[in-house]
Amino acid sequence: MIKKFKSSLRIAFLSGLALLMVSCKAVVLDPKGVIASDERTLIFTAVGLMLIVVIPVFIMTFMFAWKYRASNSQATYDPHWTHSTLLEVVVWSVSGIIVAILATITWISSHRLDPYKPLDVITKPVNIQVIALDWKWLFIYPEENIATINYIKLPVNVPINFKITSDAPMNSFWIPQLGGQIYAMTGMQTQLHLMATNVGQYGGGSANFSGAGFSGMRFVASVGSQEDFEQWVSEVRQSANTLNDGEYIQIEKPSENTPVTYYSSVRPGLYHDVILKFMMPNANLPSRF
Amino acid sequence: MLTETLTNNHNEHEEHHDGSTNSVFGFWIYILSDCVLFATLFAGYTVLHNNIYGGPSAKELFSMPFVLTETFILLTSSFTYGLAMLASHKKNKSQVLLWLFITFLLGLSFVGMEIHEFSTLIEEGNSFSRSAFLSSFFTLVGTHGLHVTSGLIWMVSLMAQVMKHGVITKTQTKLACLSLFWHFLDIVWIFVFTIVYLMGAI
Amino acid sequence: MFGKLTLDAFPHEPIIIGAAIFMALSALSIVGVLFYFKKWKWLWTDWITSVDHKKIGIMYIILAFIMLFRGFTDAVMMRSHLALSVGSSHGYLPPEHYDQVFTAHGVIMIFFMAMPFMFGLLNLIVPLQIGARDVAFPFLNSFSFWLTAVGMVLVNMSLVLGEFAATGWLAYPPLSELAYSPGVGVDYYIWSLQISGLGTLLSGINFFITILKMRCPGMNLMRMPIFTWTALCSMILVIIAFPVLTVTLAMLGLDRYLDMHFFTTSFGGNQMMYVNLIWAWGHPEVYILILPAFGIFSEVVATFSKKRIFGYVTMVWATAIITVLSFIVWLHHFFTMGAGANVNAFFGIATMIISIPTGVKVFNWLFTMYRGRITFSVPMLWTIGFLITFTVGGMTGVLMSIPGADFQLHNSLFLVAHFHNTIIGGVAFGYFAGFTYWFPKAFGFKLNERLGKCAFWCWLVGFYVAFIPLYALGLMGMTRRLNHYDAAPGWHPLLIVAAIGTAIVAIGILFQFAQIAYSILKKESSQDTTGDPWDGRTLEWSISSPPPFYNFAITPHADDIDAFWDQKINNKISKEKPHYEDIHMPRNTGMGFIIAFTIFIIGFALIWHINWLAIFGLVATIVCVIKRSFDYDTDYYVKAAEVEKIESEFSSRKK
Repeated sequence: MIKKFKSSLRIAFLSGLALLMVSCKAVVLDPKGVIASDERTLIFTAVGLMLIVVIPVFIMTFMFAWKYRASNSQATYDPHWTHSTLLEVVVWSVSGIIVAILATITWISSHRLDPYKPLDVITKPVNIQVIALDWKWLFIYPEENIATINYIKLPVNVPINFKITSDAPMNSFWIPQLGGQIYAMTGMQTQLHLMATNVGQYGGGSANFSGAGFSGMRFVASVGSQEDFEQWVSEVRQSANTLNDGEYIQIEKPSENTPVTYYSSVRPGLYHDVILKFMMPNANLPSRF
Repeated sequence: MLTETLTNNHNEHEEHHDGSTNSVFGFWIYILSDCVLFATLFAGYTVLHNNIYGGPSAKELFSMPFVLTETFILLTSSFTYGLAMLASHKKNKSQVLLWLFITFLLGLSFVGMEIHEFSTLIEEGNSFSRSAFLSSFFTLVGTHGLHVTSGLIWMVSLMAQVMKHGVITKTQTKLACLSLFWHFLDIVWIFVFTIVYLMGAI
Repeated sequence: MFGKLTLDAFPHEPIIIGAAIFMALSALSIVGVLFYFKKWKWLWTDWITSVDHKKIGIMYIILAFIMLFRGFTDAVMMRSHLALSVGSSHGYLPPEHYDQVFTAHGVIMIFFMAMPFMFGLLNLIVPLQIGARDVAFPFLNSFSFWLTAVGMVLVNMSLVLGEFAATGWLAYPPLSELAYSPGVGVDYYIWSLQISGLGTLLSGINFFITILKMRCPGMNLMRMPIFTWTALCSMILVIIAFPVLTVTLAMLGLDRYLDMHFFTTSFGGNQMMYVNLIWAWGHPEVYILILPAFGIFSEVVATFSKKRIFGYVTMVWATAIITVLSFIVWLHHFFTMGAGANVNAFFGIATMIISIPTGVKVFNWLFTMYRGRITFSVPMLWTIGFLITFTVGGMTGVLMSIPGADFQLHNSLFLVAHFHNTIIGGVAFGYFAGFTYWFPKAFGFKLNERLGKCAFWCWLVGFYVAFIPLYALGLMGMTRRLNHYDAAPGWHPLLIVAAIGTAIVAIGILFQFAQIAYSILKKESSQDTTGDPWDGRTLEWSISSPPPFYNFAITPHADDIDAFWDQKINNKISKEKPHYEDIHMPRNTGMGFIIAFTIFIIGFALIWHINWLAIFGLVATIVCVIKRSFDYDTDYYVKAAEVEKIESEFSSRKK
């Protein structure tokens, strides 16, 4: 009976969310990549488990408030009922068991979804170096030796290894439909491993406030077939712009709502020099300050 | 500053609520929160002590004999303060003042030596702006020094109060609080000495 | 001569000038009223110099309501701006203003609305609940209040003179460093929080000692009312957490003022250390706020169900467990910083363990209602609203304590909805319940029920209309602190709904102010002559409303958890005329106000880099402190005859 009740509740909950997804483009609940998909399952499982406690609380609140209202003289009044060992045991253990289950799920999922963990796929990954700037994203494809601003192209079903740093205040790199975020910070590198499973255009941006132009720090992650990707790479290589130190110092300056830009080549080691310039004196790249 | 304010009003309710125990207990709790303050500074130092950014490291900077002298002076001042407390239990006003004065002189020389150490470092180009390590060093040791300085100001004020009122319950309570403060600063210094100077020398 | 303070610092933009004029007019009208009614002396002798915990409590709560108005105005600006700032339209707040508005909103609501409200209620009630005549250190109490007031003045000053921080309410470096925030905004932030934080720390010590040392005979720890228990635990958190905030802000200040490198991008600074330290304070801080609210709900639910709190011992232990655990969960605020799976999982699990004692508390409140006789007065309505709302907030909180889920929800509007869910549904509802519940005790008349109910329903409905869309927006990928967005993701309709919700809450706040004003006008008809308007259970209800300045003519004796209830039920209230004795009381003093003012001078001078003024302020502070230290005449005796006169007036009113 309870099981049936629970499953129908679950259905009601899921269909409610489904309705929300259709009408509102709830990107977090509409994953297009393996990580985002796992994360959605995790969210649903956790919410479902917690409803086991939350729904009785709702029901009891309304039921007790209604039944024991002062005007209802029919209801029992027992001012001495202020302790019950049995109830205490039930309450502590039910909450404890649910948290124990959640904790197990947390331990396992934290390791499985660790953003630093490479995906368990044989396909050769695409590497992308990400630099958060004031207020735009610079992406470097080291193997392809190209770079872009505020736009990335990704091949479908191929793992993508992002290495992320910043040359600006702390930002957070986030493409909701492909997977969760990670911070971008100066003088250090964070990593994120994602893989898209559907072709399409997905919005990305910074989730951590970084100053006046923060709202415009959005980019598009476009997922296409391997051929699309290769074609796009050769298209970028046609670009007249090249990313050398002089150009980098130009784009490093604050700018807002920067349009998509392609660079046909990148000065080797640029990404590492961006990290290093905060870590030691006399680095290759000058600091803005 | 903070500590003084705290002791200032310690004696309201004296008879009624046994105010002097409340004051001393309250001061203990203040010391506890000051412990957290220093613990945070130590944590900051621990995180940053290797971030020398091409500048000098702890090993290259500190002179052991100098710091040992500082330590010796501060420990002695704790001892002389203890003698002042013994005198205050005996309600011996002139001895209290004498030992407080000696403690004051020792404390003052400690602060003087610290200022000397800091100014030498800055003159040699190793100021607090040189690296994160030096920022955290100056802040940790400087905060201790500021505490000692405010302890000295407090001591002068207490000496004047003892001169004016003699060794009565109120002044005894205040002396007890400053005593806690002074010994506490000694203990903090032992940690500074160990973590900053001794471990830095290794 | 005046450091960074030049004519440019004065307002020259329409919105700011408007705010400046509004503030100037309010100040002028208050000054005018005081002159007209010749109330200056009254203000000075009865309030500013008062060391009476009840008056200090009232001043804290007035301050909290003023700042609720200010902080909520910020909220209205944000929500209305975001409802307009879509696609080609850019709303009416340029980023540099918008960023200050959301920063000020967070800072004000936490530090200058919630904290003063909490200390106001603690001041009003804790000494009364434990049968004490005052707090342990009455002068210190006055000084703490004025430090909080000084911090508040600095925050509001930034509105017209210069700017406030545009960094978010926790001012993460490197954004808050001089390199990226060269203006005085972050300096306002640092000094207003340092000064009010010092006040908070001193209050924490004061109440800790008060609760441990000043309880009346018979009241051992396991007979303390739950509100006092939660206050005690909250104060323990204050004592341990606030020094961390002091040090963290001091380090940021040293970076900005003396070119140090704690958190700078270069020279070996470590921005991650700031994030760790600020949350090592910040997480306990939310428990500092919520624990007393839990205490209020416990008092309210027992009183209005006419039943002792269910599982008193469990409630105490649950509070203690939450207190301890709140120190080992701070990392859950930044799972996305890349700490690694083991660390993230540890902090995630520690966080969800907190939901066990919290859940038990919720069930205990429900079991208190079970087989009770529930009257739905306004405080009880807030409590029921809390039970539902806070449960939702708790659920989303546990959801976000799972690192894998948090990666997708962190920094989004889902997070914003979650913490408003707990802070409004828990803290604000709790303080409003406490305010309505204890108002008659503080002022001697009840608040109007009808307007109170209107306020409650507007708040409740407004809350859901404003924040459920934010949950959805978070799932739709909208991040917090955006000041403009494209039409494509489809966020606009929900942001309009959220703005409507804010308007409903605004009506609720208007009802609250109307309720206070109307109740004052009609106070003759709602007098509380008995001192016990709700048929209360704890000692604060055993004396007159408002209580005499010495609180208890005869020190009470507690024989039970519900000490006053026990006296009423078991006929322990003596009918005979008691024998009064002289009462020892602290003298009023203006020194708390004066020293806080000299500290204000230091803060103001440092914000504007006026070095001579800062040195002057420091010297003035030290001189004042020493002067106070030399004052040995700080207390006096109230004669037994006077006590008898006041008490017999109360007895005759009662009949």
